[in-house]
Amino acid sequence: MPDNGNGVQSDANGIEVNGLVREYKGGVRAVDGIDLEVRPGEIYGFLGPNGAGKSTTVHMLTTLLPPTAGTARVAGFDVVKQGANVRDAIGAALQEAALDPNLTARDHMRLQGALHGMSKADRTRRGDELIERVGLADAAERKVGGYSGGMKRRLDLALALLHEPRVLFLDEPTTGLDIQSRTALWDEVAHLSRDEGMTVFLTTQYLEEADQLADHLGIIDHGKLVAEGTPQALKAEVGRPTVAAIPHEASDRERLAGVLGRFGELVPGTPSGAAARLSDGPQELADIVRAFDAEGIRIANIELHAASLNDVFLAKTGRSLEGAGTGGHPEPGTGEHELALEGSPA
Amino acid sequence: MEAAAIDAGVISSSRPSIWIQAPELARRSIMRTVRQPAAIIPATVFPLILLAINSVGLKSATSLPGFPTTSYLTFALSFAFIQAGVFAVIGTGQNLAEDNQGGFFNRLQLTPVHPAALVAGQLAGTLTLGLFQAATYISVGLIAGAHIEAGFGGAVVLIALAIAISLAFGSVGLAVGMRSGTPESVQSLFPLIFVFLFMSSMSLPRNLIQTDWFREVATYNPVSYMIEGLRSLLITGWDGEALALGFGCALGVLVIGLTVASLSLKERMVRT
Repeated sequence: MPDNGNGVQSDANGIEVNGLVREYKGGVRAVDGIDLEVRPGEIYGFLGPNGAGKSTTVHMLTTLLPPTAGTARVAGFDVVKQGANVRDAIGAALQEAALDPNLTARDHMRLQGALHGMSKADRTRRGDELIERVGLADAAERKVGGYSGGMKRRLDLALALLHEPRVLFLDEPTTGLDIQSRTALWDEVAHLSRDEGMTVFLTTQYLEEADQLADHLGIIDHGKLVAEGTPQALKAEVGRPTVAAIPHEASDRERLAGVLGRFGELVPGTPSGAAARLSDGPQELADIVRAFDAEGIRIANIELHAASLNDVFLAKTGRSLEGAGTGGHPEPGTGEHELALEGSPA
Repeated sequence: MEAAAIDAGVISSSRPSIWIQAPELARRSIMRTVRQPAAIIPATVFPLILLAINSVGLKSATSLPGFPTTSYLTFALSFAFIQAGVFAVIGTGQNLAEDNQGGFFNRLQLTPVHPAALVAGQLAGTLTLGLFQAATYISVGLIAGAHIEAGFGGAVVLIALAIAISLAFGSVGLAVGMRSGTPESVQSLFPLIFVFLFMSSMSLPRNLIQTDWFREVATYNPVSYMIEGLRSLLITGWDGEALALGFGCALGVLVIGLTVASLSLKERMVRT
């Protein structure tokens, strides 16, 4: 068992949840018996629509809310019986940034450090280091009330990291952020996990975020975990990619469909073109282009549609994920999952 | 996982010293107060405006037989300190409710914060504002012609009592803010508290109040004794009984306020 340098074996940095339940008054089950395991150093994406039970789960795992039933261990500690140990080991940036608009970033660092019992020198050193790291050095003496949403989120993240936690909880960290702020935050989260070995539990309602960041993914809906696995495995589970092509000359449509049919089962496509679900996978795309070339078919447009997490959500819950394609988060299938070539000569 | 838990147990979960936490929470509370002029100015100026209006409008009350002074300004000055207390209730309660609503408490809950440090810290801003208000009222009062019968030492005790009263009212604000949890509910208390203040010996000494029920209410109202403690320093000089009652009532309200606030805080800060 490797040592992480803090005298704590790194296997203790994971999360283990068994049959976790949170019931509210009136018998409403916000979280309904979920089981999951987060391995040390990985980013676990907890994906689900609004009201699915993501934040309630985070609140239970961070000791803010006692579970009604079930057990959970975070960083090796029981969240019910060893709450103080859990809090020592974790950092959390919850859904609301919860900053004081009258304080500066440095004031926040100073206060948070004191609450964790850090010495004045440590607070200043570590605080300045983190402010610099999240790109707020120039705004460190400005009141937080004047910060943008992205700056607040970055400060919130820096505050969560101040006492050097081993497990980090991020509850919808990019909600409402513009693309630059979102990307900057993703980079930082990826760096924390990949370069520093920090375990990250990240809730999101954005498919792209889950796909980009998460090593493992849990999909929650109505308080139940409906799917779990790597994003790739989950997508592979629901279906093979589809290729849709439109010929440059309309008269080539039949021949184009014939070529596509060699690579997989034909599926309904646009009236001017044809589409096929690939038998083997996306790697066949190059062969398809070469086959069109060999047949002398000129292509006006060709698109590769990989199965998306939305497809996974759809397959598991029977509906599309709320929030997909909104707030600057493009729906997979029109984003990074799709390769489209227009007017490519074959 | 069990073994890992035992290994992980080397991390200390002992609570950091309150002497590290409380000063920083106090600093935050003071910064929050001084960086909000919109909260300081009305809380300081409004009592002065009422003082000016009362001093002019109720001047003739000094001719009532048994009225303790010929200067209504000196008589009414004590009420400015009490009104500052009303703003302490609202300001402290609202700040706390905002912390609750904005999720700041969740941030605190995730740290090993001492509840006592939290309460003390929240009251530091109230204390700072109370000190500023007391110094302002004494200065403005003296410039306008009021008199402090107990002299310079009396002025110092006056400030001390004013701060004690601000803290007492502030603790009520803490309790209300903690229980209600929303700034709106705290604000809605304002008229109620004002009525409570008026039903005291604020406008007239208790022995000159002719309406029996009003005099009775004023006699049971601790605000009367706080006012009379302040007033004794301004009008009578050194009156041990009035001061003891004034400080005693302020302390009593403070203890009750802090107890309710602490219990509510304990409820709010429930963690596993």
